[in-house]
Amino acid sequence: MTPPNLPWVELAIVLPLAGAIWVRLLRDPELARRHSLIACGLSLFCALAAWASLEMSAAPQTTDGSLAYGPSIGGFLFTIDSLSAPLLALGALLYFLVVLATLGAKLRLMSFASIMVSEALLLATFSSTQPWLLVLLLSLGTIPPWVELSANHRPLRVYSLHALLFIGLLIAGETMLVVGQSQGEVSIAGIALLMAAALVRSGIFPLHCWMTDLFEHASFGTALLFIAPMVGAYAAVRLVFPVAPDWLLHGVAAISLATALYSAGMAMVQKDARRFFCYLFLSHSSLVFVGLEMASPVGVTGALCAWFSVGLTMAGFGLTLRSIETRTGRLSLDKFHGLYSHTPRLGALFLITGLASVGFPGTIGFIGAELLVEGAMRASPLVGIAIVVAAALNGLAVMHAYFRVFTGTQHMSSINLRSRPPEVIAILVLSALILGGGFYPQPGVASRYTIATELVERRQQSLDPADRQVAKVGVAMNADAPE
Amino acid sequence: MSIETLFTLLGACTILAPIMLLALMGLTMLAAWPLSERATARWTQATVFLGLLSALAILALMLVTGERNVQFDVGDFVALPNPEHFHFHLRFMFDRLSVPFAILSYVLVGTIGAFANHYLHRESGFRRFFLLYAMFLLGMIVASLAGTIETLFFGWELVGLSSALLVAYFQERPAPVLNGQRVWSVYRVADAAFLIAAVVLHHLHGEGDFTGMMGTGSWPAGECALTPNDALIVGLLLLVAAAGKSALIPFSGWLPRAMEGPTPSSAVFYGALSVHLGAFLLLRVSPLLDMSIWLSAAVVVLGLASAIFAAMAARVQTDVKSALAFASLTQVGLITAEIGLGFRYLALVHIIGHACMRTLQLLRAPTLLQDYRNLENAIGAHLPPARPTWDRWISDRWRLRLYRFSLERGYFDSLMDQYILRPFVRVFHWFDVIEHKWTDLLAGTQSRESDRMPTAPPPAEDFV
Repeated sequence: MTPPNLPWVELAIVLPLAGAIWVRLLRDPELARRHSLIACGLSLFCALAAWASLEMSAAPQTTDGSLAYGPSIGGFLFTIDSLSAPLLALGALLYFLVVLATLGAKLRLMSFASIMVSEALLLATFSSTQPWLLVLLLSLGTIPPWVELSANHRPLRVYSLHALLFIGLLIAGETMLVVGQSQGEVSIAGIALLMAAALVRSGIFPLHCWMTDLFEHASFGTALLFIAPMVGAYAAVRLVFPVAPDWLLHGVAAISLATALYSAGMAMVQKDARRFFCYLFLSHSSLVFVGLEMASPVGVTGALCAWFSVGLTMAGFGLTLRSIETRTGRLSLDKFHGLYSHTPRLGALFLITGLASVGFPGTIGFIGAELLVEGAMRASPLVGIAIVVAAALNGLAVMHAYFRVFTGTQHMSSINLRSRPPEVIAILVLSALILGGGFYPQPGVASRYTIATELVERRQQSLDPADRQVAKVGVAMNADAPE
Repeated sequence: MSIETLFTLLGACTILAPIMLLALMGLTMLAAWPLSERATARWTQATVFLGLLSALAILALMLVTGERNVQFDVGDFVALPNPEHFHFHLRFMFDRLSVPFAILSYVLVGTIGAFANHYLHRESGFRRFFLLYAMFLLGMIVASLAGTIETLFFGWELVGLSSALLVAYFQERPAPVLNGQRVWSVYRVADAAFLIAAVVLHHLHGEGDFTGMMGTGSWPAGECALTPNDALIVGLLLLVAAAGKSALIPFSGWLPRAMEGPTPSSAVFYGALSVHLGAFLLLRVSPLLDMSIWLSAAVVVLGLASAIFAAMAARVQTDVKSALAFASLTQVGLITAEIGLGFRYLALVHIIGHACMRTLQLLRAPTLLQDYRNLENAIGAHLPPARPTWDRWISDRWRLRLYRFSLERGYFDSLMDQYILRPFVRVFHWFDVIEHKWTDLLAGTQSRESDRMPTAPPPAEDFV
């Protein structure tokens, strides 16, 4: 069944914006949550419909003059293609689940209006293939967490410095590219600056401190939603990947691999659950970068699969930790909490999401991890071994955290801590997606492979001297229209 | 119905039975519709019987038809189009190695299931035990019948996870949990070695299919398609994986720790099945061993060294489960050495016999004092102390050293802690301190809220 011909992409973006304005007028936090949930649910529906429309439409393959990969649909400003359609749905799902699983203790602390504004910005970012629009949206996306930190009188400097650095690098890089293009050449400095911006946004070592700082000071939900969709990787794929020289990609791959190992090690020694989560996520997201920078069809396919699975599983993992925090306050990992007997389902979800994120067989993360290792082994066996070591360390960290949070003692509580119905729904949805994707991964892998081959081909064209002129026009960032 | 169809049907039943059990246990727990103890027991019995009967029927059919290698091809789990040459193939193989091992798994797991129904009656973790039991059974069956190295890895991981969680079964106390964590750590090292071996094999050979790798001959015949050097690299990685899973030295420390779990799981998992999985892996890739004399020698040396160490350690244990754990390891070491020496059938028979006997011993362990009393009552005197004849040849000084070495379990755990774990933690703590200072500098204030954050729960009414 083909969805009706509606502007699904625009609707997915506008609905949370309208919801934000409406919710801002409400005084009752519970009412605000319900209305936000409706807006996020509708936005999720539209994002799914947009994806379905793309899959079922006979939209033509985009040619030179656009940053889109594969067929694309959309309007003047916002377009989705095969790369961004699943990310759009993933982003909308994450926001929906976070709002759904927000319970009593968090209601008064959470600004639903701000959450929905950031959702609209994220969905717009994933629907944007025009370089300057992308730069603008990426820059605007850094504002909602800043507003929250500022409103709650939390330390701002670390986040602000990195956000400004990110925005500055983005604008400088894009400007240099445009200037270079007007002079008929590709600016390597511009590409390097854009790549640096993507690395800052992704928290690649040594520019990762803003991420742990954000988890320290912002609400868990805000920090989670800011990092889980991996917007930095999106910026790198759209803006840099097709035109970046090999030496730059190899350098970025090396830094990303070092970050993955470093973060995995750091996750093992953290005493605070939020910091542990942050390092674990950082390790996974760095592995996605490693796969992307290998620039081979298998490696990029692995990275794209891992991108989706890490986004989903780590968001689920974060949601679980957040739900536990709701019950216990900030969680320390240097002692046992013994919460299993109170919340066995949260314990199960903790294990499912945590192990899926490290590529446990039978889960959605498995094939992405396998492809990443396979792609890396083809590039260099040492890189493959390093990825396996990072995954092994992450697996140790996940189980260490599980044992600390859910076992080791008997937790005494005067109130019932069992999972509430909204949490149960979130748990079941996430479990179904993680296990379903693990048992039937072929469609997802095939679609990611198609994009990966196009990415690699486009990159080869742009780097081939004979085709350089064509590629410059095609990929050099200033397409007049996406279609 | 043709023979092929019958084989396919029975093969599917053998594999699907534990999948159904795990799905049932997992989904009912996740959906908070827990099965009653009686329903849990019946479903477990039904699925184990279905799987066991199917495996036995396959064995009978193989004996009748003379077929020695039956392939059950599920197809590509994932495949990338050419020229990538990447496919994750799901294939199961019924041959002279896998069928006995699968039957052994079903028999022992079924026995323990029946035992545990009573042993864990009204325990708060009854359903959790059977969920992990189902996961373990599935892991064992998938690993036993795997026709590709990736499929074997699939089962291998399930066995590892269920084992670690079962060791931590009594999760209200820290000691079992810490032991479970230790077991998981060793397993992750083994898993990493296995995964690297699988990928290297893929890289060298183009596929992880056992049939393709070992030639057309059915086990234990078959010729490895790798060069001796490649076989040595892949084989050594698999040896590390096997050593981790079978608790060979230097990974022996986890085996007595695993006995912290409930007796049924200790008996079937660490005493009988889990501990033999490494040896099974070596048997499965035994044509690889034939390619390299160095690899075979490494297997023999590791097996014998583990057997000698475990025989000494078993003699100084003060509790029966630990003594049995090291006794198990002695036999596993010998089995490993047999595999290295090329006695494949002997090793298989040794595994089956040893697993059955050790299960019986471990199940009797809780009543050991009663058994001793019965024996002493029967003979009308105390049992004579067992004193080996050879110890008179060893000086007191050396005897003391050996005693200390055995009591400290070869110092393997403390050496690993001292030279791997502690330096690792120290280095990353140092990085953490540096990061702390750096963010403090950037923030211009104390940046870590978590250092000062009270961990007291929020007011109850907030959550309610």
